[in-house]
Amino acid sequence: MTRDALARSRDFDRRGAAWYMDRAVTLFVFVGGISAILFIVGIFAFIAREGFGFVFTEFDAGEFFGSIAWRPTSMIERTYGALALIVGTASITGLAMVVSIPFSLAAAVFIGEFARGRTRETLKVLVELLAAIPSVVWGFIGLSIMNPLIIDTFGVPIGLNVLNAGVILGLMAAPIMTTIAEDALKAVPDGYREAAEALGATRWQVIRKVVIPAARNGLVAAVLLGVGRGFGETMVVLMASGHAINLPDSVFDSVRALTATIAAELGETAVGSEHYQALFTLGILLFAVTFAINLTADVIVRGIRRKGR
Amino acid sequence: MRPCSPRAARLSSLASILAFACGGASVGGAREVIQNKGSDTLVNVAQAWAESYSEVDSAVAVAVSGGGSGTGISAMINGTVDIANSSRRMTSSEIGAARANGTDPVEHLVGYDALAVYIHAHNPLDFLSMQQLAGIYGDDGTIERWSQLGIEMPGCPSDEIVRVSRQNNSGTFAYFREAVLDNYDFKLGSHDMHGSKDVVDLVAHTPCAIGYSGLAYATPEVKTPCLAASDTCVAPSMETALDGSYPISRPLLMYTPGDPVGEVKEYLDWVLGEEGQCIMLEAGYTPVAPVECVQ
Repeated sequence: MTRDALARSRDFDRRGAAWYMDRAVTLFVFVGGISAILFIVGIFAFIAREGFGFVFTEFDAGEFFGSIAWRPTSMIERTYGALALIVGTASITGLAMVVSIPFSLAAAVFIGEFARGRTRETLKVLVELLAAIPSVVWGFIGLSIMNPLIIDTFGVPIGLNVLNAGVILGLMAAPIMTTIAEDALKAVPDGYREAAEALGATRWQVIRKVVIPAARNGLVAAVLLGVGRGFGETMVVLMASGHAINLPDSVFDSVRALTATIAAELGETAVGSEHYQALFTLGILLFAVTFAINLTADVIVRGIRRKGR
Repeated sequence: MRPCSPRAARLSSLASILAFACGGASVGGAREVIQNKGSDTLVNVAQAWAESYSEVDSAVAVAVSGGGSGTGISAMINGTVDIANSSRRMTSSEIGAARANGTDPVEHLVGYDALAVYIHAHNPLDFLSMQQLAGIYGDDGTIERWSQLGIEMPGCPSDEIVRVSRQNNSGTFAYFREAVLDNYDFKLGSHDMHGSKDVVDLVAHTPCAIGYSGLAYATPEVKTPCLAASDTCVAPSMETALDGSYPISRPLLMYTPGDPVGEVKEYLDWVLGEEGQCIMLEAGYTPVAPVECVQ
């Protein structure tokens, strides 16, 4: 190595501005990368700290999961039965999925496989626009448009019920599911389609027998993300479900959801009181269920992937 | 603005900085801020008071926020507000918490609120006894159909009474439970709305519904039947709330941590004076004593 080259390489090693910049950016990216983990751990620690005081003292699993009597401010006897809230959330989410899964999968197939050029671009923009509508606006639609409509159409006493909240939640979840499902269909290599067409398959056969099976990981992920959206949504279920503690017999019954209960009651509850801790216990339950849904999604998607390859 | 109040001096580590900041600002004519928080029932009238008071004393600004009686009281206990608005009396546990925190809350009666029972405008019901009301809302109540009250409700083929109530920690909920249900539990399955106005809106659009909310929220789209605690049925109005003949009328209160002094005392005196009480009347509530107001 010549003297010059040696000098140059030493120059290169010197800790100049560029070196510090490099280090700073590396650190920034690293912190950004692990921040999600920090946040999730922090949130869980917070919810647990606020709620576990109740879980380990007053909590009665039989009452919590088996009774509908949610009376945290009773003067006679305070009871914390969350059964009706759990059933309420499940029934609204269930109906929302019945509404949104066929719609959004069909929309994804149309946008991804049939629509071309202008139509396709317009549809994509419109679907994304639908996802941008704030949930309070959806709730307002439920309250002021769907409510009288359901009363008039079905002759039921009140239009704020499972049907109202479920349909609105379905419409809210549909654009997200459509977008993700369409991405999954787009990720299927064109070679698959061309190969199928070369074998004489019709367009419908290509989609049904080749594209959808090849994209099912993504489609399952889309559906589960929609379920998670429904479970956690608050504003719409608060406004459109009727917010009544009730085990529904039909879609025309009013219900109350876990999220809506927390939203409605937490604001006026004394911090650290039994009622406050019970609301955080509902939060722990919601967290656990959402975690379970995501974990299941992950396991299913991985399982399919392993089998597929 | 809050750190400029005397209480901020307790934050010793910050005191010197704040004292400098406040001192510097007051040279420029900064306004003294009274923090006022609590009952949603009182929030509109409290806002109106704050606005009018800025004309009375431009050196004082009153910052009003809602959130509910319980929120205001706990904020006063924690020392973050100067005046808490409440549509119910403080509970003994709240008073205990305040004493434990070194404050001795003082109660100021500023007016009355009559809770009206609301039904759909087409509902033929004119008369309701307190027993019937308890039978509709109470846990052991047996009244679930309009026909049990002897009426046929047009536009409500199912005949079912749709009960509209409030979320279980609102002051209105607690007061209705006390006055109508004698502190027994509500029947489960009521539609628990999140605001006084929401109750009236829902009843206006639901023929089968019955609800309760402040009289000030009455609109032409709903009807308020008279209530009978004994033989006579009394219609909800400002007069019947004031003379005490209406069975569900409640006091509206302001709480201060300890006896009010300085700007807070002047403000409360003004609220209880003719001008403040007339604003109360204008907002649909009943003043503490009859007042002569210029229309």
